[in-house]
Amino acid sequence: MRYVATLLCGLLFGIGLTVSDMINPSRVLGFLDLFGTWDPSAAFVFAGALPVSALAYWLSRQRSRPVFDEGYHLPEGNRIDRRLIGGAVIFGIGWGIAGFCPGPALVATISGQTGVFLFLGAMFLGMAIHRMTLRA
Amino acid sequence: MEPLHPLWPLAGGALIGLSAGLYLLLAGRVAGISELAAGATGLSRRGFRPQAAIFVLGLIGGAWLAAHFVRMPEVVLPVPALPLAVAGLLVGFGSRLGSGCTSGHGVCGMARLSKRSIVATLTFMATAMVTVFIVRHGLGGF
Repeated sequence: MRYVATLLCGLLFGIGLTVSDMINPSRVLGFLDLFGTWDPSAAFVFAGALPVSALAYWLSRQRSRPVFDEGYHLPEGNRIDRRLIGGAVIFGIGWGIAGFCPGPALVATISGQTGVFLFLGAMFLGMAIHRMTLRA
Repeated sequence: MEPLHPLWPLAGGALIGLSAGLYLLLAGRVAGISELAAGATGLSRRGFRPQAAIFVLGLIGGAWLAAHFVRMPEVVLPVPALPLAVAGLLVGFGSRLGSGCTSGHGVCGMARLSKRSIVATLTFMATAMVTVFIVRHGLGGF
């Protein structure tokens, strides 16, 4: 059942990214371009998403465990450190260059464009490089 | 590019919030796509996770369904191959180093009022906006 629920959540997320047009990097770049013809779409996405996920978070606090697992697996740290800031800066530069972050890039594969696969290949390489630095 | 009626991103955002909310209430986890993408390819700290792979398959399947039954999207990538590859590297490495991306920090973490996620989201939003400013208005675009 946990896998069925996971598939359902994945489907909803993918539908959401497509319906909201976040699948289109030009749309996202339009949001990030404050000094061009600004496109507010991505702000509406956050406005639609945050109340719903905040409500779910509040509900989760009323329950001792999730429906299909023994307990919650939530990030618990609250330290603002150099990794967090440095990672966010590096991520932000990449996001600003291409208009792609991981979710939209994955769903954009349905367009079949070579550029999407090039971006994803490089993204997974970046993740692999990060994983290697963990071992060293 | 055509402006988009706000109802589309509002509805799509609500679905993303619903997905993240249900994933928390049903599976007890944060729907952070960078972590799920790493888990689906064996690049996460815990190696390959079937549950992450199922989420990613659902994600792509959901996009396919929406494209065919709701709204066929355009995917316009205005970036040449070299900067696109560099961007991919930075997004992959940075999202892992910073423990999250637009979904994990932006949607899930901010909804939990996590201090780390709020700082991360403000940081990558500002950095991305400065990057776009430099590329489009400083360098005159690609």
